[in-house]
Amino acid sequence: MALLRYSIYRFGTMILTLVVVSVLVFVIINLPPGDYLSNQIAELQASGQSAGVAKAEFLRKEYALDRPLYQQYLVWMGFIPGPQGFSGLIQGDLGWSFEFDRPVAEIVGDTVWLTVVVNLAAVVFVYIVALPLGVLAAARSRTWVDYTSAFIGYLGLATPNFLLALILYYYGRQYLNIPIGGLMDPIYEGMPLTWEKLKSVGVHLIVPTIVIGTAGASAMMQRLRANMLDELGKPYVETAVAKGMSPARMLTKYPLRVAFNPFVADIGNLLPSMVSGSVLVSVVMGLQTIGPTLLTALKTQDLFLSGFILMFVALLTLIGTMISDILLVLLDPRIRYEGRET
Amino acid sequence: MTQLPDGRYVDDAPYDPQASIQQLERRDLDAPNWLLVWRKFKTHKLGLISGLFLLVCYLMLPFAGFIAPYGANERNSDHLYSPPQAVHWFHEGVFIGPFVYPTVAEADLETFQWIFVADETDPRPLEFFCEGARYKLAGLIESDTHLFCPPEGVTLFLWGSDRLGRDIFSRILYGAQLSLTVGLIGISVSFFLGILLGSIAGYFGGRIDWVINRVIEILRSLPELPLWLALSAAVPSNWTPVAVFFIISVILGILDWPGLARAVRAKFLSLREEEYVRAAEMMGAPSGRVIRKHLLPNFMSHLIASATLSIPAMILGETALSFLGLGLRAPAVSWGVMLNDAQNLASIEIYPWTAIPMLPIVVVVLAFNFLGDGLRDSLDPYQQ
Repeated sequence: MALLRYSIYRFGTMILTLVVVSVLVFVIINLPPGDYLSNQIAELQASGQSAGVAKAEFLRKEYALDRPLYQQYLVWMGFIPGPQGFSGLIQGDLGWSFEFDRPVAEIVGDTVWLTVVVNLAAVVFVYIVALPLGVLAAARSRTWVDYTSAFIGYLGLATPNFLLALILYYYGRQYLNIPIGGLMDPIYEGMPLTWEKLKSVGVHLIVPTIVIGTAGASAMMQRLRANMLDELGKPYVETAVAKGMSPARMLTKYPLRVAFNPFVADIGNLLPSMVSGSVLVSVVMGLQTIGPTLLTALKTQDLFLSGFILMFVALLTLIGTMISDILLVLLDPRIRYEGRET
Repeated sequence: MTQLPDGRYVDDAPYDPQASIQQLERRDLDAPNWLLVWRKFKTHKLGLISGLFLLVCYLMLPFAGFIAPYGANERNSDHLYSPPQAVHWFHEGVFIGPFVYPTVAEADLETFQWIFVADETDPRPLEFFCEGARYKLAGLIESDTHLFCPPEGVTLFLWGSDRLGRDIFSRILYGAQLSLTVGLIGISVSFFLGILLGSIAGYFGGRIDWVINRVIEILRSLPELPLWLALSAAVPSNWTPVAVFFIISVILGILDWPGLARAVRAKFLSLREEEYVRAAEMMGAPSGRVIRKHLLPNFMSHLIASATLSIPAMILGETALSFLGLGLRAPAVSWGVMLNDAQNLASIEIYPWTAIPMLPIVVVVLAFNFLGDGLRDSLDPYQQ
């Protein structure tokens, strides 16, 4: 019951945060001087195409861009009725992309799901890699296992993502025949989901997952190692060893469980950086996620498109953080009450 | 040294328990804090080496123009994509000092690439303290003397040249001026904001604490890069490179402060109740003085260590922004701008040296990480 109440409380704060974030996003995307439609209208008038001007004017009316900024925001979110009545983000109307001349929902369509898939794969990768390596590095601390993993960890933190992407593509292609670029073979694009398409996506996911996850995995690994080392020095570990417990069983039964808490909590800190990483990596690797679209939208001042993508990316991290908080409470009842206070 | 019958060794000098206690501790107890920190830091070899390396790098920045043989945007249209040239010392077994062989570009009609052939019969010694492209020493003194330059009519591309025939080695030196200072400016901004807001939140508590805390939470839960992208997309494209550079560093700093502010706030919460703070308050010290004189010095060193650890993120951030074309732009030279050329696999495959700017990035970021780790470990000198 307490858990349910906490989840609801956590959900509430997430919604509030999201509203604040939406204000922030709206301000940021309106920061550049000028806007797309005014530029277009000026350009069309200069070349004497009145038909285009009429359309641009129509769009401006349609999306309430002729109103003051705070009203534009409220219409965009769907808090007050626009020319079409209530039709904002919360009603599911994502707006119009001026650059592509299509609804935003149509442009982002599939890419939204692929973004979720890529980031999920990266999170899973972080856990799969960091857990055994961190435990091993702590259990065999100050041996070559520890030093090797620390070295790889540092390298993972220091190497720019896009460099890693290029190197992995290059050698992956040469030795393992891993396909370069994209998230699926071009023939599957726009096709219904089949087993073959799934397999193609899987193969294409290998390199992006490693690239996005490496920095996070090395940070996580170092954290876990430090936590484990703290626990390993405690008397109960000595007692367990003295009583003749096998090292592997002892490790997993006692210290790991305690060291595991920060491990789950950390995903909340890692997620924002991983999502940012995925945006950058997608641009370099030509993945069909929202990253490249965001870049073009920002460069062309495509208001609604970039606004929605920024909101979506924020939502993704906020949901991830919320899930990790709730998982943490499930794992450790002590945190429930502390968490609410601070 | 005498050996007892049971085989143990005993020192002959007379033993004075009082003296040995005092001697051992006196030196350490009287030493100022920074000396203790330095002593401990010295044992952290990796951190020490990294610190020295970074010091050399930063000291080199004002003299980049002097060390670089070419100007930052000096083009050599006969040598586009020239591979790195080696500096030799021995010609046909005879020592004649550092020299290079002149290279000539020949077109390969099969692949349509330029192939650079070195004329190995004609050694040309390097010139030292010679005249070359004009530059400004430390941005102030105009000069055209270079540490070393290519001999007349010969090129000297230590790390190759890029698609416009510009020397990559020289450009890396010039690029360091921007890439390395971005982190410093950014961290100053984030330090200022973090300490200001963190101490206000921690010291005064109450409603203002709640507000600042929410802001911190929101900013920390957002992915940085899209926000960086959005903010730097707002920078007008007609600004001068220097202005763009400053605004980019400020943007990097503005989104970095929440982590620092949180650390400051946590420290303040625990230190606020200490007796010496109470004493200062009762003696009538205003809050500003209590914060600056009594609270901040307590954990300043800790903050510096964590700041060192967040500089690499800023350097990587600048690189990523410039790499995507939203950070610094063309006439400015930074490592990220240079990597813009190495964006696709084809150019790395054919001209691997265009990716050389990766090297300084990785090395500098690693060095900052090691330095930060070393500082953090040695900051509490009384802890054993």
